[in-house]
Amino acid sequence: MTQVVVIKGLMLGVSLALILPILLPPGRPWRVPGGIAAGLVLGFGLALALPAGYLSYVISFLVMAGIFVLLALGLNTQWGYNGHLNFGVAGFFAVGAFTSALFTIEAPTGIAAQYTQVVFGLEMPFLVGVGAAAVVSGVIAFIVAVPVLRLRLDFLAIATIGIAEIIRLIFQNERWLANGPQPLRGIPQPGRCLFQSVPCDWLPEWAHWIVEPLGTRDYLAFYLVIVALFVAGTYLVLERACRSPWGRKLRAVRDEEASAAMNGKRVTQVRVQSFVVGAVIMGIAGALYAHRMVAIDYSHFHALFATFLVWIMLMLGGSGNNRGAILGAVVVWAVWSGSAFLAHALDPVLGSIHAELAGRAQYIRWLLVALLLAAVVLYRPQGLLREELRVSRYLKRWPSGR
Amino acid sequence: MSSEPSQIRRDQAQESAPLLDVRDIVVQFGGLRALDHASLGVREGTITGLIGPNGAGKTTLFNVIAGYYEPRVGRVFLDGQDITALPPHRIFERGLCRTFQIPREHASMSVLENLMLVPSGQLGEGLFNSLFRPWRVREQEHEIEERAEGVLQFVELSHLKHEYAGNLSGGQKKLLELARTLMAEPKIVLLDEPGAGVNPALMERLVENIVHLNRERGTTFLIIEHDMDMIMRLCDPVIVMSQGRYLMEGPPEAVRNDPRVLEAYLGGQYAAAEG
Repeated sequence: MTQVVVIKGLMLGVSLALILPILLPPGRPWRVPGGIAAGLVLGFGLALALPAGYLSYVISFLVMAGIFVLLALGLNTQWGYNGHLNFGVAGFFAVGAFTSALFTIEAPTGIAAQYTQVVFGLEMPFLVGVGAAAVVSGVIAFIVAVPVLRLRLDFLAIATIGIAEIIRLIFQNERWLANGPQPLRGIPQPGRCLFQSVPCDWLPEWAHWIVEPLGTRDYLAFYLVIVALFVAGTYLVLERACRSPWGRKLRAVRDEEASAAMNGKRVTQVRVQSFVVGAVIMGIAGALYAHRMVAIDYSHFHALFATFLVWIMLMLGGSGNNRGAILGAVVVWAVWSGSAFLAHALDPVLGSIHAELAGRAQYIRWLLVALLLAAVVLYRPQGLLREELRVSRYLKRWPSGR
Repeated sequence: MSSEPSQIRRDQAQESAPLLDVRDIVVQFGGLRALDHASLGVREGTITGLIGPNGAGKTTLFNVIAGYYEPRVGRVFLDGQDITALPPHRIFERGLCRTFQIPREHASMSVLENLMLVPSGQLGEGLFNSLFRPWRVREQEHEIEERAEGVLQFVELSHLKHEYAGNLSGGQKKLLELARTLMAEPKIVLLDEPGAGVNPALMERLVENIVHLNRERGTTFLIIEHDMDMIMRLCDPVIVMSQGRYLMEGPPEAVRNDPRVLEAYLGGQYAAAEG
């Protein structure tokens, strides 16, 4: 159906047009128009060239990549700019996901209430859920920050990994809160009604023909646009904040705390601020993840998947560089997803060596990611895009090329 | 000439209350008493030297004054106000700046932005203003940049302004530390061994800069230094500390020849042999 292809191409194109201008090298006048044009062309090109199944895969890949981009941006605010060795990314990711789910879900009644227990289900709109996720994640980060940020580096890492585990175990064991060890199902998706046979109430009659041929399996392309909007918005906000005296203060504290204090900077306040801002972004990422998955449970928020993968993304992309964080997240997510095919292909080979080995092919993915990390640390410790020397964007007379 | 410390201290008290007044400070690290009822005063407008053998407690005293350590006993007054154990950023706001023995520059930032970091009350340091009032932030950044350029010219580091601060030589880093205190325009500057590891040419500039600031702006200095040449040229008076205590104070010549100072540096029997 060509109309479906055109709409999907448009959505994919708009998403890419939002992200590509960020990734192109800065300081060139053609950056933004060129990025938008390239994004639209690429989007339509992919939609036309790829068979429907592959196109869906690309879209689903990009949605998850976008969510990880947000996590990497959050971590960059904490580690890249302020030096917090936060190994508790998964905790804030989980808080965001469950908060948004609880705010938007419909509280089960009658017989369903026996199978699904939630502390509340507010049936709020999607954006309220995301906002709540950001706020709750930020508040928890603040509460955690006061005692925990007295620690530095590896001690902070131990404390934060502990906190992330506590959060995960709470969601695993407390049935009343978010259905305990069972998955929390039925998380609504924004704009999903557009893709159902009877379109949304708010859609005017004359526009029905546009969405008519779309089925629910095409929904993810629309969600990709939402994720891309969040990524672009977060990037713009972070860049504005970090390329100003605020970011300079963060970097100064990261480089040399004592002398920042002696220059009148309130070190504790600075550290708490960056921690909370980072956690807010991680909370938003969690919310987007929850609405993407529709059903979530505690097992999604293990440290390997939701913390260390993010760390590798940031290390590869370049700590202290927001564009690097985005690039790193996409590259590592590509390696991670691509290695699933590899593992799948290896299954029978390993199986022919020993019956027990067949089931273990999946671990090759961690091996690959770990090798990638080792390679980054050894050969390009500053990451693909290194941190820029210049902090404030308000400086005059900055020599080009620095 | 009477060099009785008590006498001198009484004289000072009569002249005017000291700008920086340290009273009876005790700091204990485990079993080690780093400062043992140390008291001293720094008069406004002076370049006061602080000398003493290793372990006399000079740097510890700096750390107490600047708010890094809380003393067990004793109080610190700046301009008549009690600043004991205030957090460092509050003490900075009251007009006291310190530098470190080993320069602590912000290595990943440019020399220029190392200086631009310093001024307090920058609008853009607030998250809200940096997000929602960028035009105001831009204005202020331009002012601060102008000032930083001026300070860099003064210490003759302009040619390095876009260099990583971490790439400077040891002596240049010392100059950068001094430049940072200039951005703040403090009442009193505490310099911890500004001359250590600095080559003679840079040292000359450092000394010139300190004298210039003292004369032109009336900035008071308290300087820890082991280089007696520098002390002789720069400082008057010189305060001697030993074993965590105030030992004596006087003009550099008097201090150099005082038997108690020799004893503190060399130990009792050598002083006796010389004297």
